[in-house]
Amino acid sequence: MVLLQRPHILLLLIDTHQFLQCWIAFGSANEEGQQQEEFSEELLVKPLPDHKLLAHFHFQSSAPPSTSNGCHHHLFPKAISQLVQKFRVKEMELSFTQGRWNYESWGGFDPISSSNAKPPGVELWAVFDVPQHHIDASWKNLTHTLSGLFCASINFLESTATYSTPEWSFPPASGNVRYGTFPCEAVCTENLTPWLRLLPCRDKAGIALLLDRPSLYRGFYHSQRLHLTSTESSSEGIDSGIILEQTLTVVLQPNSERAIEVHASEKHVQPSWSLSSIFGKQVSGRCVLAKSSSVYLLLDWGLVAELKFPNKENGKSAANGLTSENFWSNPSFELSVNPDRIFLEESSSHSKSLSILYMFQVEKYSESEPFDIGLMWKVPVAWLCQQTPLHASRFFMGSGNERGAIAISLKSTQFTEGFMSANSKDGSCELRVDVFQVVPWYVKVYFHSLRVFVDQQPRAVSDFIEKIHVSPSKDKMSPGVMEVVLKLPCRVNTAALTIEFDKGFLRIDEYPPDANQGFDIPSAIISFPNFHASMVFLEDDSLNRSPLLSKFQEKCPVMSYTEVLLVPLTTPDFSMPYNVSTIKCTVFALYFGSLLNVLQRRVAEEERFLKAKAAKKTGRLPLLLSKLSAKLRGSGINQD
Amino acid sequence: MAETKEKSLSDEKPKPRVRPIVRLGIFLISHSFHVSVVCCTAGVLALFLLPVLAKNTYISENALMPGSASPMLSNQHVSDGNRLVKDLTNPNSKSSETGIESHKIIAQYMLDLGAEVSFHKFHPQMNQFHPLHFFSSPDSGKIQENYSCSSYGINTVGIIRAPHGDGKEAIVLVTPYNALKSGFGEALSLGIAYSVFSLLTQVTWLAKDIIWLVADSQYGEYAAVAAWLREYQTPKFSSLSTPNAEMCPDVNNLFELKGHSISGSKFSNSFRRAGTMASALVLKVRDQNEQFEDTISIYAEASNGQMPNLDLINVVNYLAVHRQGLRVNVEKLWSLLNSSWLKSLGEIFESLAKVAKSLYPKWKFGIPATEYVEGTATLASSLYYQALGVPTGPHGAFRDYQVDAITLEISPKFSLDKVWRNDILLRGGRLIEGVIRSVNNLLEKFHQSFFLYLLTSPSKFVSVGVYMIAFAFLIAPLPMVAASLYVDANSSSNCSKGDSSTPSAITDTDEHSIAIRSWRWLNSAKLVFIVHLWGAIVSLLPYFISQIPDCSPTTSFMIWVLLSILSLLTLNSVLASPLACAKATQEKEWALVKSVTISSVFIGLGLMSVINFATAEIGALLMVPMCLLAQPLKLDVRAGTLRSFCRMICNLVLGHIAFPPAALFLLKGMLDGFGNANVGDFWMWVESLWAWNSATYLFIVEVTYIFSHG
Repeated sequence: MVLLQRPHILLLLIDTHQFLQCWIAFGSANEEGQQQEEFSEELLVKPLPDHKLLAHFHFQSSAPPSTSNGCHHHLFPKAISQLVQKFRVKEMELSFTQGRWNYESWGGFDPISSSNAKPPGVELWAVFDVPQHHIDASWKNLTHTLSGLFCASINFLESTATYSTPEWSFPPASGNVRYGTFPCEAVCTENLTPWLRLLPCRDKAGIALLLDRPSLYRGFYHSQRLHLTSTESSSEGIDSGIILEQTLTVVLQPNSERAIEVHASEKHVQPSWSLSSIFGKQVSGRCVLAKSSSVYLLLDWGLVAELKFPNKENGKSAANGLTSENFWSNPSFELSVNPDRIFLEESSSHSKSLSILYMFQVEKYSESEPFDIGLMWKVPVAWLCQQTPLHASRFFMGSGNERGAIAISLKSTQFTEGFMSANSKDGSCELRVDVFQVVPWYVKVYFHSLRVFVDQQPRAVSDFIEKIHVSPSKDKMSPGVMEVVLKLPCRVNTAALTIEFDKGFLRIDEYPPDANQGFDIPSAIISFPNFHASMVFLEDDSLNRSPLLSKFQEKCPVMSYTEVLLVPLTTPDFSMPYNVSTIKCTVFALYFGSLLNVLQRRVAEEERFLKAKAAKKTGRLPLLLSKLSAKLRGSGINQD
Repeated sequence: MAETKEKSLSDEKPKPRVRPIVRLGIFLISHSFHVSVVCCTAGVLALFLLPVLAKNTYISENALMPGSASPMLSNQHVSDGNRLVKDLTNPNSKSSETGIESHKIIAQYMLDLGAEVSFHKFHPQMNQFHPLHFFSSPDSGKIQENYSCSSYGINTVGIIRAPHGDGKEAIVLVTPYNALKSGFGEALSLGIAYSVFSLLTQVTWLAKDIIWLVADSQYGEYAAVAAWLREYQTPKFSSLSTPNAEMCPDVNNLFELKGHSISGSKFSNSFRRAGTMASALVLKVRDQNEQFEDTISIYAEASNGQMPNLDLINVVNYLAVHRQGLRVNVEKLWSLLNSSWLKSLGEIFESLAKVAKSLYPKWKFGIPATEYVEGTATLASSLYYQALGVPTGPHGAFRDYQVDAITLEISPKFSLDKVWRNDILLRGGRLIEGVIRSVNNLLEKFHQSFFLYLLTSPSKFVSVGVYMIAFAFLIAPLPMVAASLYVDANSSSNCSKGDSSTPSAITDTDEHSIAIRSWRWLNSAKLVFIVHLWGAIVSLLPYFISQIPDCSPTTSFMIWVLLSILSLLTLNSVLASPLACAKATQEKEWALVKSVTISSVFIGLGLMSVINFATAEIGALLMVPMCLLAQPLKLDVRAGTLRSFCRMICNLVLGHIAFPPAALFLLKGMLDGFGNANVGDFWMWVESLWAWNSATYLFIVEVTYIFSHG
């Protein structure tokens, strides 16, 4: 049955495609001057130093302001636009992440890592365009809506104890930000499917066709992100509508047949790959609704420096001429498909080398001739990605169920050593580090115990902390937030912040289902506002510039997330309620038993009884007589 | 109870109806002698019955699912491990005198697998005695000033990050390794760990990070692991002008690993961490073995009798027995195995069980006599090590940080051919893989199964609910005897007073005297307190004595004895000469003193049983008879009857045995023969005990003061 039905569906699809194409052509012709809904799909592939491959899917849809276009949408997901309108979201970012971004080997200084490396679990922040006292209500509604939209437990972020209000350290600095993370959310395909549903072609056509679930979730890092900005209701003059940016970043291992032992010399050759070998699928043409559809291959500047392209001067001039042989048939690697265009990075802070971007247009390919790029390495290459100025890691100190300390340690990386030596000739150079840390209320942090160690020396806090903002936690009400601006000397080797805490107690109904696992402390955000990760590529025409490349050009500060920590708290014996109730019942029984006993007993009755007993010993007859008389008298009284 | 007794004494004429519970109490107190005899025998008997009452272990946590997945460790990994063993046993690698070469080899192997590698340098830290730090959490340790470049150890640490995991938890695998004089066993244990490690870099099911710690055991296995854990849990960020190991020349060349392409990013000389430790396994391979089977020994006792969760032992036992066909044993007291009295006791129990079974077929509690003897030997060693409070291996360091850990010691039947070696690598590796996989499955930390238990065999245990019964029986007579003694002391003085004065003159002066009498016990309490104080001083003395440089154990022991006597004399003179005062009234008041002593012993034992059951149990075995039998020698001598003579002998013997130096002397004499026992040994023993912050130490001198009452 299924086999029989398939051709019909295909036909139908093709029909609709053709129809849509015509319709779009018509539409664009019709409304020349006005903005309209746009969608673009892009994929960026980048080899990583540790034999892995980064694939970064970038889908962007934009809707013009509803004032000019009404409430109807052709491409833009209606759910999102309704959400934006209802809760007046100015900017929002939601990310689902599984695995950890390896800052040391995958880098942390480029635009991809600084905006797409996210903490494990769910992270959500939003900026609202509503009066202050409505923000919390809007946030609550937003979390519930998103939770329904993405099949995730984002609604747990609704309670005030889970989200926080960063004052100024969080990048979109504004008072209307709400920030919440939920580190223990397990991210899986059930979250991906609703995310794909927001795309006009879903995963049925275009680049999204590559999103094969098994190969995606086999990866080392998986982060799906949804970022939207809306100028819908802003008072500023520019009104560009809603821009929805959906990105999916995965790190994959190209060939998994590592078990086959290769020779020691070949062991360090980067594995060759192709899109079909990684994803098990090929791109058969673009999503017809997309304005642009392209695949990029990015060679990091570190890698380019290692590859030693024959003569750089030639190459630079040839970048305009599109096809210069020596760019893709290098002695060290080979591309299976000729790139349509080559971009060179315009300029960078590091003068050593420039990154190269190969661009492939997907439009040229079709069902019969699917698109599949491959990269074959010939000689072993090793390079390093550019790291964040300081590598941050966070860990717990101490042991036991009573107290402990959180330590954030910052260590200089190779990058800083080079960069700083060039930059700090006058010796007055300073490195600004922002730390943003949210701590749940049951970890009771003592902010006065904050200590700073610089280069293994305990230093006065005021020497290095320029600005600090602290909002202490309230039990069961709000988490503790700490925002610190550190000014470190550029030549710093190591720096550490420690802060002590006591572990709190929870009520028995406040424990989550697997309480003995421990409790998560969300990642701290370490950002370096003086450093901006941006990549500017030479582009000739600014009209149809790619959204991905323009995203790269934006100056975003370098950011990194620390590890999520697991704090073991004291857990009660959960069979305790039963024990308690049995003990309570026993105590009650004893109490009431003795109380009744006391109430019933008559005072001096016992003595009388004893006396009677003593009298009994004198003889039986008098006793009987006295008893009889007593009875008679008693009955006489009764009769009266 | 004393109150009720008084009440019953006060109004004798009209006898009120006494409530049953009070009547029972009075009955027990008045028959305290018989009751205490019965209770003590019952306590000892219950202790010997424990192996019979032991239950079979079971895996309590369902998430562990041991053995549900087939092992993935293949011959490929085994040959990897074999390669490492060969490289390490290669004479070339031992050329360097500091053994740095072999650490480099291990690090290189780890790097080749794609693990993160770091070296951890540490200075061996002697266990310092902090008199009042018994139960406080481990601190970051004192910084010693006189570190030299020649005395440091290097731990090699490899970490695999779980590909899908969030890095919140980690499992630790420890292999002690002495690069200077490593036996073949140590190399083999590294080979097993490496084969497992190489498998774990490839698997996709990993949810927790794996840390492989190659602990440099040239300064002791425990010291290396403890140093690493200290750095992991309580790092010092400030290194105040201490000569760092980085300044030493040969440490620096440690970091110059042979040019490796990816080593740049994976190798670092800073300390690396993974998340909260879920559990730890220490793996050792014994060098020689004369057994007929491949066996695996489990060591679990950590400091102060703390045990890891029983589930961890269960998993190891299940996988070793049912999957890898290894024989599992736990530590036994071997001398007990051949004792004939134990065997006959076992036979008695067996025959009793048979009789019981013939009476009612559902009563099946008997175990064969041989099994009983083995169970008792295991139980005895379990009790002994828990009581001693000294960890039985490097796993003890983990327990101080609330991490469940055990040491596995594989002792293969020894032969040198390659097939055998591969076999032991495969089976050992699969066992470790299985355990790691089980722990990896765990969502919560170990909490389901028991923490308080005694093992009678690898698959049988006695839980806290059962063994407490024996202890309760043992200490039950103490309050009764104390009460009866108190009552006796009061009534006897009352009687004497009653004789002297006419009964009609019971007026308010008598009320007053009753009030005084009821506070008389304070006097004896003062005496007991002073002796306790003396005990505390004696127990703190060794700390100061150990500060004296260049002292042989014998001389320090002598100093200890002298100082103890001196302190007793000082206390005697300073605090209103309590003993002299006691001597004057001893004949009247000894009963009261004894009663106070017994009640304080009861409280002490009760508290101790909460802290460390095994110590309390052994202490109770020694102290309860002593407390009950104690009587002034003078009275016994004066009485001159056979019974009192026997009691006197018992007193003297018990008093001497329970005095710790004497007890050790006897024990040593029994084990090694009396010839080579030495007073200095006791010093050494005590020294080793306090070094481990053992609670037993607190106990030992406690015993001494009771002796003084004898």
